[in-house]
This record gives sequence, C-alpha cells and structure tokens, in this order.
Amino acid sequence: MAVKVIIPTPLRPYAAKKESAEVTAQTVGEALGSLTTQFAELRKHLFTDEGKLRSFVNVYLNDEDIRYMAREATPVKDGDVVSIVPSIAGGVERTGRSMNKAGANGE
Amino acid sequence: MASKTQTMNDKQAPAGLSNQEILRYSRHLIMPEVGMDGQLRLKNAKVLLIGTGGLGAPLGLYLAAAGVGKLGLVDFDVVDFTNLQRQVTFGTSDVGKHKSEAARARLSNLNPDIQIESFETQLTSANALELFRDFDIIVDGTDNFPTRYLVNDACILLGKPNVYGSIFRFEGQVTVFGMPSGPCYRCLYPEPPPPGLVPSCAEGGVLGVLPGIVGSIQAMETIKLVLGTGDNLIGRLLLFDALGMKFRELKLRKNPDCPMCGSNRTIHQLIDYYEFCGVRGEEAPAPNLQVPEITPRELKARLDRGDDLYILDVREPHEYQICNLKGHLVPLGELPRRVHELDSSREIVAHCRSGKRSAEAVDFLRKAGFRKIHNLKGGILAWSDEVDPSVPKY
Repeated sequence: MAVKVIIPTPLRPYAAKKESAEVTAQTVGEALGSLTTQFAELRKHLFTDEGKLRSFVNVYLNDEDIRYMAREATPVKDGDVVSIVPSIAGGVERTGRSMNKAGANGE
Repeated sequence: MASKTQTMNDKQAPAGLSNQEILRYSRHLIMPEVGMDGQLRLKNAKVLLIGTGGLGAPLGLYLAAAGVGKLGLVDFDVVDFTNLQRQVTFGTSDVGKHKSEAARARLSNLNPDIQIESFETQLTSANALELFRDFDIIVDGTDNFPTRYLVNDACILLGKPNVYGSIFRFEGQVTVFGMPSGPCYRCLYPEPPPPGLVPSCAEGGVLGVLPGIVGSIQAMETIKLVLGTGDNLIGRLLLFDALGMKFRELKLRKNPDCPMCGSNRTIHQLIDYYEFCGVRGEEAPAPNLQVPEITPRELKARLDRGDDLYILDVREPHEYQICNLKGHLVPLGELPRRVHELDSSREIVAHCRSGKRSAEAVDFLRKAGFRKIHNLKGGILAWSDEVDPSVPKY
C-alpha cells in the first residue's frame, strides 16, 4: 500500500528537510520502519533503543491516534496519511534555552 | 469529536453596561451571537494568561479589546530587543521593563474599563493553584515543557479549562484541554521529550506572524468558551503549517488510563516539573563538554601576533551571512563527512554563536584525532562583547 508520512517541522532536519515521504507498507509500523530506513537519523527520534515508539511522539493514521487502534500493527490502505505529531513547547529560543527557563515566560 | 461549547459563566450578569461601554462594544452587541447577554458574560469573565510573549501578545490585545472583565498576566521576564519581532504588545521604549507590567500598561490604555492584574512572578508548583483559583479560564502561552505540564495539572486539579497553543518555527498546535468531556495535555503527551532530543540551536527561531496567528486562535477559543457559542477545539488538535498554509485537525481522545484525568488518577497534587522534564532550573540540559578553550581576548592577541590559526565556523550558512569572523564554514551537522577538508597538523579554533555547538565540534574532532584544537569560549557573542563590538549579536 502506498501511504504518505507527514514529517513535522522539528524532525525535518533528520529527514533531508522533507515535509513528507511516500512509502509502501501494510501497517503503520512498517510505514515508520520504511521511513527510518530512508532517513536513518530519524530512528533515534522516533524509537527507543528497544525499538519501541517513544512516548512523546504521537502517530496518527489520517485523523485517528494509533494508540486507540492497533498501534503499530494498525493496517494501512492506499492513499492513507500517517502523521508524526511530536510535542512542541514553544521553541523560539535557541540552544534549548526554553527548556531551561523556569516558570512562565511568554511565547 | 467536536463538542458543543460549554458555558463558563452561567450565572446571569448582575451589572449592565455603561453608555460608554455600549458604544465601545457596539460591533459585538449588534451581532446576535454576542449581543448584550454575551457582552455581559465577557464583562464577568476572568481569564489568566500564562506568558505575555509572542502568544500572549494577540491574546492580551484581543481579550482586552473584547471586554473580558478581568485579565491576569503572569510573566517574570523582561522585554528585550529580540522580543519585538513578534511580541507586538511591546514597543521599543518597553525594552528593559518587566513584561507583565509593560503589557498591563499597554492593555489598560487599550481598554481602561477592564481590570488587569499583572503577576511579575514565575509560575511554580507553590503558587499555581493560588493564582489560578480566582480565574475561570487559563490560557497557556508559555514556551517550555515544565510550565506546560504544571499548567495542565493545576487546571485539572481545579477543574478549569486550559486553552493551549504552542509553536515551532512555522508550525503551530492549538486545542482546549481540561474540559470535563475532553482530554488533558497528559492524555496527548504522557511524558515530555528528554532534553537531548530537542532540536538543535540552528533549528530555533520563529516567524513573527506565527504566534500572532496561533495566539489569535487561542483568543477566539477563549471568547467562545465565555460566550457558550460555536464548536470549541475540545477533543480536537488543530495543526497549522504556515509555510504550506494548511490547517489540519486530529482527534484527541481522553485516555482512560491518564494519570491526571483518568478514572484512576495517580497524581493528586502538583509535582516538581523540572525533575519530571529532566531539567533543573537554569542548568544546561546536557552537561557542558569539557574541551580545550581559548577566550576571545587570547584569540585576538594571538591573531594580532601573526600566529597561524585556522578559524573553523560550525554555524549554518544563513548565520554566517549575519556576521562572521572570516572563518572556514562547515556546519556542525556536515562535519563528519567534511572532516577531510581540515588539516589536523594546523592549530584550529572552532566557534559558533555561543560556544555550545563548537564545543561539540571540538569534542568530535578530538575523537577523530585532532590535537591542536580549541573552542572559542562564548562564541561570537563573547567576541562581540570582549573584542569587537562592531560584530552584531543575534
């Protein structure tokens, strides 16, 4: 099945700056596997060393969260869109400074 | 899963509007969706803005202009020149002033009929519940994970809606958390990303209009919550891609096992959010690399003496265009495959903007066998401060 995987802005540096990639897969897990074969650097951002999807990365098949379907085993069909939705905090500051700042600071 | 908006302010407004207020809000009043009833709801609403920066700017301006009767502004930061590109509440004359106070002054001028309270403080686990208690709706316009989890948890503990917005470069996310029928931030993201996996320096930055758009959507959602009109973003995550100019929508489900809002709640009080997010106060997320350093003054003296030093700039090409020390440009990310361009027999000084990326470069090159290599301490920023103020800081 040909599916499109949408790569979010924070992960594009690890995917040759691409916004999306076309992959062939039977399941969401295969689609992500194919993506990280194309872009090896993406792997550690999506998966733990044990090969589990990281808890701060959400994956959607079309508009549905795969955690409420069959997770990585969720089957895909032609034309489906897989979205990777990482948490973003604000991220205006450089050097992860925003991660260090204590308390409320507006963005 | 679009849910009908739940009304925040069900009690009938006691006071009416003055003639002056009727004139000011006439474009609301002549719309049946707002009308006198809606405007009185706005007048009786109490909204707390966490952060008065890029998202807080349109939020504060539109909510004040709309006549939200009580606005609280929480921010401990001070206005600086780099804020003015997007934090449109502030003017050049505000640089150096406390943000919460500068915003209060600006919004009071916009609408003197409303009550505005500024809280020049860090939001912490110790003060959040106390601060939130007096308000009906909390709007999260912060820029860091610890505060986002803190705002979420405090809202759930107090049963208050959390109008959430966040941005990254060209991308924004907006939703409404904390409604009884909907999910919370922890349902979406049970854990924050570890600090080491956040994008690198060169990937920071934001197009100034983006927080304007995302903050405006948050303001619209806040007003709809107050009015009890329309469909809110409860259970829906709105994704905005400014480059592609696309809006997408994803379903957000309430996680039955959520430790915060699930039926078997395991979190009953606010926690240490810096520990939870793996960051400690002002410390760097990763321990600073121990690499040989040279100070800007030492470098200047050695260059003046005519020493043969090879300057290696590991920033990105677009940063080189802003300012440079006439170094050889090899962005940090390209260093592994371009290492052959460097001569390990020569003495090399690596630099970046602040000294962090170049420390990684020096560490990498030392492991690759380079021995005569130093990191310029403090980078171009320190060079500008200590040696050549004509080099701009960014």
